Amino acid sequence: MPSISNPLALIAELTHRCPLHCVYCSNPQELQSRATELSTADWSRVFREAADLGVLQADLTGGEPLARPDTVELVRAARTAGLYVNLITSGLPLDEARLDALIDAGLDHFQLSFQGSTAEIAEEISGSKTHAQKLRVLDWLKSRRVAVTLNFVIHRRNIAQIGQMLAIAEASSASRVEFANVQYYGWALVNRAALLPTRNQLDDSLVILKQAQERLLGKIRVEYVVPDYYARYPKACMGGWGRKLLLVTPNGEALPCHAARVIPGLPFENVKGCSLRDIWETSDAFQKFRGQDWMQEPCRSCDRRGMDFGGCRCQALLLTGDAAATDPVCTLSPRRAKVDAIVAGVNEGMLSVNSEKTNWIYRLNA
Amino acid sequence: MTDTSATLDPQSKPRLAPGCRLNNDGKEPRTLLMPERALRLQGPSLEIIERCDGQHTVEQIISELQEIYSKAAPEKVAQDILGYLKLLHDQRALDFQ
Ligand code: SF4
Ligand code: SF4
Repeated sequence: MPSISNPLALIAELTHRCPLHCVYCSNPQELQSRATELSTADWSRVFREAADLGVLQADLTGGEPLARPDTVELVRAARTAGLYVNLITSGLPLDEARLDALIDAGLDHFQLSFQGSTAEIAEEISGSKTHAQKLRVLDWLKSRRVAVTLNFVIHRRNIAQIGQMLAIAEASSASRVEFANVQYYGWALVNRAALLPTRNQLDDSLVILKQAQERLLGKIRVEYVVPDYYARYPKACMGGWGRKLLLVTPNGEALPCHAARVIPGLPFENVKGCSLRDIWETSDAFQKFRGQDWMQEPCRSCDRRGMDFGGCRCQALLLTGDAAATDPVCTLSPRRAKVDAIVAGVNEGMLSVNSEKTNWIYRLNA
Repeated sequence: MTDTSATLDPQSKPRLAPGCRLNNDGKEPRTLLMPERALRLQGPSLEIIERCDGQHTVEQIISELQEIYSKAAPEKVAQDILGYLKLLHDQRALDFQ
C-alpha cells in the first residue's frame, strides 16, 4: 500500500457557469448545470474538512467563481476554516464594492486571467468582449491590499504578445505573473491544431521570459510552464496522483485532477455522501494511480519515476488509450512517435501562423 | 517601497507583502502562506518573520536575534538574517518601508 501524504491544496470548482467561451477551457465538455451545484453550506463543510486534512490553500475557481451569488460568503468560509484563499477569475461580474467585500471576507490572493494583451485577441479567444473590464479591475486592485497574480494562458495565437503582456503586469500591482501554455484536455484538445505553438515561437518566448525573470527579480515573480509536447520528460501532473491536490467539481465530485473523468471505469465519490478524508485516503479513484505499483515499463524501472510519477494519466489515456501507460510526451515512451507527429504537423507548412483564419470551437455555457 | 536589489538598508522596516501571512492562530506547524507557496517556519526563521511587522528595522531584528542566539558569532547571525530577508524579498514576500 503506497504511503499517503496530506493534500496541500483544494481546487474548488464552484461552478461551471462562465460568461466567457475560451477555446482552451479545461472544463469538461459535459458541463454541470447550476441546479446540481453544491450549496453554500456544503462548500463550507468541504473547506473545514479540507483544513482538518492538512490542506493549506483553497483555489476558488470554475467556470467563473464570481458567477455564484455567494462567492463572498464562500471566501469567508474558506478563510474561517483556516485556509489561504485564492480566487481565480476572469474579473466579471465584479464591481468595486464586491471587490472590497471579497477582500474584507479574507481573500488573500486575486488571480486575474487574461486571454491576450489586446482586446482583439482576447475577443477572438474568449468569444466575449471582456478585456476592457480586466484592465478596469487591475486599476481597482492598485489601491487595495491583496496579492495579485496575472494569469496568461499561452498558445500559438498570442505567444508573440508576451512582451506586451509583461508590460501590462509591470503597470499593475501584480507581484506575480504566470504564463501557462495550454494543456491539451477538454476544449483545448479539440482546438489543439490551432493552439499548439511552433518550435520557433516557443524558443523566442523562452528568451523573453528568462530576461524578464532576471530584470524583474524582487519586483514581480515571473513563472511559466512550457507546452509538454515540446519537453523531453512529462511534468509531474498535479504533483503526482493523490499526492498534493484534490479537486471538487461544482456538483461535489472529488477528482484527483481536472481531467480525471475521461478515464473510463474510475468511480468518483461525491463530497455529499463521503468525508473528504475518506475520499482522500481510501477511495478507489485516489488509490488507483497512487505510488508506483501501477506503473508499466519504461516508468517502472526509470530513475525519474519519483520526480514525474510517469506524467499525466489523462494524457496517457487520451493519446494511447491506456491510462496506465507512460505519458507519451516522454521521450522514453514507446508511443512518443504519436506526439512527434502532432508536433511535426504544426511545424511543417506553418509559414503564416498568424494570418490563417481559424475555425475555433468555443466552449459552451453551463 | 525601496529598491533592495543591491543591499538592504539597515534602517528600513520589512513588512509582509499583501497576500503573505502566517497561518491562523498559532496553529502548528507555523507556516508562511503566500501565492502558490508555503514555507514552514521554525526557530530563527519564525523569529525573523514575526518581527517583519513594519515596526522593527532590519538593524533591530539583527540585534534582537543576536541576543537570542548569543552563542553564535554575531556577524554570522547578521549575515544569515540579511540573506534570509533578501531571499524573501526576491520571492515578493516582503516589502521594505
Ligand atoms: S471559459 Fe475561459 S474564463 Fe471561463 S472557465 Fe473556461 S477558461 Fe476560464
Ligand atoms: S519513463 Fe516514466 S518515469 Fe521515466 S521519465 Fe518517462 S514518464 Fe518519467
